[in-house]
Amino acid sequence: MNPAMNSALNSGMAPVATPWFFYVLAALAVASGLAVITRRNAVHSALALIVTLLSVAGLYLMLYAPFVAGVQIIVYAGGIMVLFLFVIMLVNIERSSKDRQFNRMWPVGLAAACALMALFVSAIAKGNKLFPDRGMTLPEGSNTQEIANMLYGEAGKMGQYTFAFEIASLLLLVAILGAVIMTKKKI
Amino acid sequence: MVPITTLHYLVVAAALFVLGVIGVLTRRNVVIVLMSIELILNAVNLNLVAFSRMWGNLHGQVFSIFITVDAAAEAAVGLGILIAFFRNKETVNVDEIDLLKW
Repeated sequence: MNPAMNSALNSGMAPVATPWFFYVLAALAVASGLAVITRRNAVHSALALIVTLLSVAGLYLMLYAPFVAGVQIIVYAGGIMVLFLFVIMLVNIERSSKDRQFNRMWPVGLAAACALMALFVSAIAKGNKLFPDRGMTLPEGSNTQEIANMLYGEAGKMGQYTFAFEIASLLLLVAILGAVIMTKKKI
Repeated sequence: MVPITTLHYLVVAAALFVLGVIGVLTRRNVVIVLMSIELILNAVNLNLVAFSRMWGNLHGQVFSIFITVDAAAEAAVGLGILIAFFRNKETVNVDEIDLLKW
């Protein structure tokens, strides 16, 4: 893509309020992520996690990834969260919401997480060299088609990720079987 | 206003990752521990999609779809284990899962 076309795409497609959208979505994601790990009631945590997933889907849209955003909403917010809510209803949360919420070693865990955060901060502080901003514009209209070409291959040839795709489907089959076998009372 | 760069997304993803790690390491409720793992996987996905934009190709997005598949499999198996465990011990607290500890 030549630079003139790139800048034309940028000026034609970039919405005016893009930075504001980013900051709102990022604040929403982090705030509801904080709610996920602090709420006493597991249902409230699940609802906060749904807000996080939806705002991360919004961030994907800002990154020129509409297909990944759709997968995020359909699979995560629509599928996995329904599974979580069903399991919360099956297990007894009345009792567990009354007793202690954090385990006895929580200061150690918090210290380890703070060490991890320090590592991230030091990596990001040097970030301008490590992660140059190249301002790439990905084609949004053919996004789904190009992902499909990489996954399934095009014109009769295997794609780059076709084998990995088949392995992933095998993994899902094994997960389904495992879930069914473990949940059954008598096999 | 500063334009949004890859680094901005990395900061958000690092925050989500650390929140997920705190949840995994400190909470007692297994359901919330599994939700924290979902937070961690989402942070990784956000990183991959941001790098996909940075390099201008779609490999990161394809990889993030594979990670979504993994997250679905992990949630199904983890919640199956949770139900089997709850049937035996009538609790959902991780520190009471100590049958193999001495």
